[in-house]
Amino acid sequence: MMRFLIAVLLLANVASAIGVIYARHRHRQLFVELSRLERSRDELNIEFGRLQLEQATVAESNRIDQIARVRLGMKFPETNDVVVVRP
Amino acid sequence: MNSRSTPPLKNRNRARFNLRGRLALVIGALGLCSVSLIGRAAYVQLINHDFYQRQGDSRFLREIPIPTSRGMITDRNGEPVAVSSPVESVWANPRELLKAPDRLPELAQALGVPLDHLTNRLSQRADKEFVYLKRRINPDEAHRILAHKVPGVFSQREFRRFYPQGEAMAHVLGFTNIDDRGQEGLELAFDEWLRGKAGAKKVIRDNRGRIVENVDLVRSAQPGKDLTLSIDRRIQFLAFRELRNALIEHQASSGSMVILDVATGEVLAMVSLPTYNPNAIGQVGAETRRNRAVTDVVEPGSTMKPITVSAALKAGAVTPSTLINTSPGYMSLGRYTIRDVPRNNGVLTVTGIITKSSNIGSVKLAEKLPNDYFYSVVRSFGYGSAPGSGFPGEAVGILAPPARWNGLQKATMSYGYGLSVTPLQIARAYAALGNGGRLVTPTFVKGEHHDAPQVLDPAIAREVVGMMETVVTQGGAKRAAVLGYRVAGKTGTARMASGGGYARGRYASLFAGLVPASNPRFAAVVVISDSQEGGYYGGLVAAPVFHNVMDGALRLMDVPPDDIETWLAVQAKADAKLAGNKPAAAAAAMPASLDDAADITDSPTFDAPPPVAVQGTGGVR
Repeated sequence: MMRFLIAVLLLANVASAIGVIYARHRHRQLFVELSRLERSRDELNIEFGRLQLEQATVAESNRIDQIARVRLGMKFPETNDVVVVRP
Repeated sequence: MNSRSTPPLKNRNRARFNLRGRLALVIGALGLCSVSLIGRAAYVQLINHDFYQRQGDSRFLREIPIPTSRGMITDRNGEPVAVSSPVESVWANPRELLKAPDRLPELAQALGVPLDHLTNRLSQRADKEFVYLKRRINPDEAHRILAHKVPGVFSQREFRRFYPQGEAMAHVLGFTNIDDRGQEGLELAFDEWLRGKAGAKKVIRDNRGRIVENVDLVRSAQPGKDLTLSIDRRIQFLAFRELRNALIEHQASSGSMVILDVATGEVLAMVSLPTYNPNAIGQVGAETRRNRAVTDVVEPGSTMKPITVSAALKAGAVTPSTLINTSPGYMSLGRYTIRDVPRNNGVLTVTGIITKSSNIGSVKLAEKLPNDYFYSVVRSFGYGSAPGSGFPGEAVGILAPPARWNGLQKATMSYGYGLSVTPLQIARAYAALGNGGRLVTPTFVKGEHHDAPQVLDPAIAREVVGMMETVVTQGGAKRAAVLGYRVAGKTGTARMASGGGYARGRYASLFAGLVPASNPRFAAVVVISDSQEGGYYGGLVAAPVFHNVMDGALRLMDVPPDDIETWLAVQAKADAKLAGNKPAAAAAAMPASLDDAADITDSPTFDAPPPVAVQGTGGVR
């Protein structure tokens, strides 16, 4: 009886040890995975920020104003060009 | 004898060789050893465990920071106006790098610096472990340099703040320092909100500093939160451009403009000139960095008169049609004489006092009011107290309590002298007139609302706005008129104080207005200081800026016109002129406008019938 108990406890001990090793290993794996995903998330966020910045720079009011007036020859409608439509 | 003699020998030997004693000694000594070992082990493992664990870990475990970016600032439509973008700083470990001198020319070429430059720089710091090779460069460029895989060359990420709107929004946004902390403007006011919290993680590093393994996350990085401003980028730019043009035209030294949303107190635009480029701050003086719309005080001049009239109406002392005699157009106040500009206005109604901007009339209205009452009404419009927008360095202005007034103070205050206010305070007071007497708190954050106390009866507020309309239709601010909209406003011209007195020939030109007058949406204030060319009256200098900006702002914000009749009348007149006088010009203009129409229908083909070619391919299928 006693022997049986000791054997069971020994087995349980070994199993628990392996379990700890496995959990530890899994933790590291998942952490590496997490870091990788976080890195790619950050990269994407940063890319997004850069694109937004680029867009904002391209869409800067002064620039659009200049391009519209000089390159495209646009002008603001004069009073006479506006037709008021009665509802 | 023999037998006698031997036993003692035997006994002596036996006595010398005491096995038990020796055994006990050895066991005792060994036992002591192991006890001390066990004790030591227990001491190391149990009692002083933490210390040794730390010491061990510190040999290879490192806690390294995870950098994070500052929150983005956008305008009310989500357009970014301040963005943190990553940049890379390339650095080297000179000890390691100098072990491979044959790679240096390659590295110098990649960096774009002369070789002797690089070797000098490295050999000066040969005993150090860190030297910057190139700071804050484009990440792509940094990756190109790292791709050469020169030993001992690394890069680290840093964030830099970019302001795509540049100088147009410089004062509102402020800027950050090299550590990404807000220094001025809203960057400073909302620093806590915008700033991210850098995280930390534990890694195992080898002796060269390379990361072998990520062990644990100590705390994750929290990126800064985004901030949505109440500013509209387009109106802001419009205000900036028009104010700048006015400053150039009038050779003025400085100017500011504030546009408030009347109902909510949201700041739609705020410009201060001269300005600077926040992307390259360099050596910009404090004089230029100051946001004049919030921090500079100016005497409100005639823009004060609607508040004087409000006070008189609120007290019930007058009605809009009460007659006030302003003859003979000048009046002695102690040692001074005040006059109406340009001439004697005779008998005026209260409305007429606003229309003609009569100083005498304002003084006579104020005379009907007790000092304390007049003071409390002026104060209730937010003069003499901070507007509470949360902008750093907000000025309170100067409003002396009645106990400290000299004999003339009430009279001079009635037409806007003897007190000082900021442009933001004027805009706030006009917004109160525009939204039925509720004093809103200005805010820079979209959707932020504060309680707005009722400071004036809505009926009186409407009456005063009606009076201010006559300034634009009949008075001195015809240039502020916006076609299709009813505009209420008031011009102001104040002498600028300097060194204890008023400076000769230096004026502040003001215009404060509300559009559309039937149901105001915007309250705008223009202040231009030191106009040198083309006059200095508010109606000549500041009112045209108001016109130009509001014309655009009303269109951009889709405010329906409330005065179509005038518009139609103007159009009918123009049509008649076109048809009657210049038939040739009209005919010449026709083809051009047709061309334009053709161009327009060309690109958006959503509703238009598809072009022939497209129809053809559709048929083939």
